[in-house]
Amino acid sequence: MSVLSVRNLTKRFGGLDAVKSVSLAVGAGETVSIIGPNGAGKTTLFQLITGAERPDGGEVYLEGERIDGLPAHAIAARGIARTFQNGRVYGNLTVLENVLLGAHARLQAEFGRPARPLGGVLGAIREVIAAVARPSRLRRMEAALVEEAREILSLFGDRLLPRLHQPAYSLSYANRRRTELARALALRPKILLLDEPTAGMNPTETEEMTDVIKQLQARGHAILLIEHKLDLVSAVSHRVVALEAGQVLVEGTPEAVWSDPRLVEAYVGRSAGQSRGHAAGDAAAGTPAKASGGAAGKAPGDAAGDVLGEAAVPGALVPLSRRATVH
Amino acid sequence: MLDQLINGLVVGNLYALTAVGITQIYGVAGVINFAHGSIYMVGAFVGWMAVTWFGLPLLPTLAVVLLASALLGLAVERVAIRPFGGSGRTVLLLSTIAAGLILEQAAQLIWGPETKAFHSPFADVRFRVGGGSIGTLDLLILAVGLSTALVLWLFLKRSRLGWAVRATAQDREAALQMGVDVNQVSRLSFAMAGALAGVSGLLVGLYYHSVYHTMGFSASLKGFTAALLGGLGNIPGAILGAYLLGTAEALGVAWLGSSWRDLIGIALLIGVLLFRPGGLFAAARQLLPEPTAGTFIPIGRPLQIPRWALLAAAAAAVTLPLVVRNGYWLQVLATAWIFGLLAVSLNLITGTAGQISLGHAGFLAMGAYASAILTSRLQVPFLLALLLSPVIAAAIGVLICYPALRLRGQYLAVATIGLGQGIALVALNWPALTRGPLGISNIAPPSLFGYEITSAAGFYWLTLALLIGGIWVAERLSGSYLGRALRAVREDEVAARAYGVGLERYKSIAFGASAFIAAFAGVLLAHSYTYIAPDTFTHALSLQVLTMVVLGGLDSTIGVVAGALALITIPESARFLAEYRFLVYGVLLLLMLRFRPRGLLSAAS
Repeated sequence: MSVLSVRNLTKRFGGLDAVKSVSLAVGAGETVSIIGPNGAGKTTLFQLITGAERPDGGEVYLEGERIDGLPAHAIAARGIARTFQNGRVYGNLTVLENVLLGAHARLQAEFGRPARPLGGVLGAIREVIAAVARPSRLRRMEAALVEEAREILSLFGDRLLPRLHQPAYSLSYANRRRTELARALALRPKILLLDEPTAGMNPTETEEMTDVIKQLQARGHAILLIEHKLDLVSAVSHRVVALEAGQVLVEGTPEAVWSDPRLVEAYVGRSAGQSRGHAAGDAAAGTPAKASGGAAGKAPGDAAGDVLGEAAVPGALVPLSRRATVH
Repeated sequence: MLDQLINGLVVGNLYALTAVGITQIYGVAGVINFAHGSIYMVGAFVGWMAVTWFGLPLLPTLAVVLLASALLGLAVERVAIRPFGGSGRTVLLLSTIAAGLILEQAAQLIWGPETKAFHSPFADVRFRVGGGSIGTLDLLILAVGLSTALVLWLFLKRSRLGWAVRATAQDREAALQMGVDVNQVSRLSFAMAGALAGVSGLLVGLYYHSVYHTMGFSASLKGFTAALLGGLGNIPGAILGAYLLGTAEALGVAWLGSSWRDLIGIALLIGVLLFRPGGLFAAARQLLPEPTAGTFIPIGRPLQIPRWALLAAAAAAVTLPLVVRNGYWLQVLATAWIFGLLAVSLNLITGTAGQISLGHAGFLAMGAYASAILTSRLQVPFLLALLLSPVIAAAIGVLICYPALRLRGQYLAVATIGLGQGIALVALNWPALTRGPLGISNIAPPSLFGYEITSAAGFYWLTLALLIGGIWVAERLSGSYLGRALRAVREDEVAARAYGVGLERYKSIAFGASAFIAAFAGVLLAHSYTYIAPDTFTHALSLQVLTMVVLGGLDSTIGVVAGALALITIPESARFLAEYRFLVYGVLLLLMLRFRPRGLLSAAS
């Protein structure tokens, strides 16, 4: 059974189909990457899966349980953790507090389980009483969580451990992204949704993050990844899903996807299939000459450091068919 | 019936003059101007001076009021908006509140606290119309209202500057890039809005034959209501909203009695906030984006106070009555401890959870009324009332606040004003329970285990004990994983939700815990004053507590107690300050927001 399975998910903004009947599945221990140009609907798909926005149609299942339509916090509590495209840490909280917050759902389940008759009210009162009275069970759990947080943070070597008690606003950009990932891990997610975990990182930092993701895979995490950096995608993905204009364009192993003519067509232009040379030339008009070079011949995966949909991928990889700006 | 309708339209016109300015400023500057009501009040006083002192006729009076209140609008922009350019909207909201408070207190010092009779400079002749009548003043108000609407419409549609205003309201950034001087547009809007507010104040003064320094608060509430009914930023909407509000109130008053006027207004305000926050004319129920995440609490850490210092301070406070025998000072300090408790409770909402509450007096009122009713009408012993009242206050508090908790930022702030005011108005209009405007008197002094606490020292110890208890509870809460969750809500609502922190649940916890602690302060207040009435729990009191919290440092329990102590004792120790107390609060609030937004005791960031 898949950990996460998405069926015919659809979201419209006004007259625009941001996500149109998208289906995909992530199996246990599997890493699936979503690629596609800006505006293809990648982040919107994350928003729908995590409940930040309500889908207009389709279903989402987590380990067979239907979760679409649930509020975001309930979906998080069921085991989906996400990171954000632009890195959202709680600025005035310390690194440790940020990571501990990832375990909030577990604490709430332990100390604020909604008692049946009055639903959330009794649960909330129980939580307040527990927080003030601090039974030894709570103290033990907090202590264990601090240990767990340290262990998670050791994933990043000594990047974050020495900064445990520094407020997150004082961190470098890359460290904020790492803190965010640590917070996601503290949720003990069934599946991790990573939205461009290396955006804005330099090559060294990107390489480090690649290693971290590989470590997570080794630990058996299921991962759904949005990424523009194709070498990272190639290095970690079991499967790749290419989105274009809100729809699944190509799906398969990285190698199969890179060599699929439809992908090139989507990025380079409609006529690319018939007369590639011309199409690439047309597409590259006004873009750096370097970019127009390898459209036809070279598979994207070969070009280390290429950024799909951002700039210099084989053929100016800006979708000519559509340039929507949905995030 | 016809009379009521005419009355509704006339009053609606008056509301429209305030609402238009509020909505225009919101459109251009993105902030609800809480100083608007104060400009209106000053306009009324300037008109009153012109007529009563200088004997000016109507038209010159109008001109003087227009000019003076336009200048005042500019001054508010200069003092409360421009210096805070880089701050979040919530800070702007607080800075305009401070500016309004300063104006109101300055007016009291200049013109005195008593209501002034305002005799019209022309004879009021009434004409019969069908089954009702209409007076010259009514006609004047209608004429001013309609001509203002027409001039405004022509200005916005036909003049280049009007285009610039509309462009700025639509998209400030884009307007800036197109070469619009948005700061000039902002100043112009404040001047225009000020002028209209002043004229409105003048006309209201004439209409009710009186002016007084607190008249601005209820006017600004009416203005907010009308502007929200029309959808913030929508000028024709605000005018329609004002007519709607005026008519609804006039009909409601005819039906229920005049004391219901304000309650009807509040009900409309809360109703529109809950069900149509985008206004009656918006396509569907929508919550406007209000990005307040992480912008309210400026970056920095509050100063850590060592434990031994706290224990020493507590020990000194406990032993103080053994040294100080002066009953007056013990009373002052007991009041400081009551306000300290209030500040601690508000800090949970505003400091820890990052939500603005401008109606904290409502929670205080619920605790005070609950205990007063329980002890003096139901003969419940004090100790039991002391324990029950907070439970009642927390339960009712969460119940009435819950629907409003999905509002954010300025919308929530306006809702809390409405709720705080609504609680006082319910107390006013439910005489069977609260004895209405008469209030409850002869509340017995507190008694514990058969021992009546009548001495100043005894009451001091009781308040101190509850304060220490309140600090302890608040600190435990704030230091636990719950405190962490509340701070996550404050820092980033989206990211908090994505990690399992349900916003409604945790905001309710903050409001409930806060109401619970505030109610203890209410009980103490009721039994120390021995008399409470609806007007004990004013909007000014809410602002006073908020100032203590900002002064002491948001999210610092000990800091806000120090803030309360300072703001209660300093005006008492320097008698000359006592008269200027609220003026000092306003100035302090403004200065703190500008220079030490994390509180006096915060470590510099």
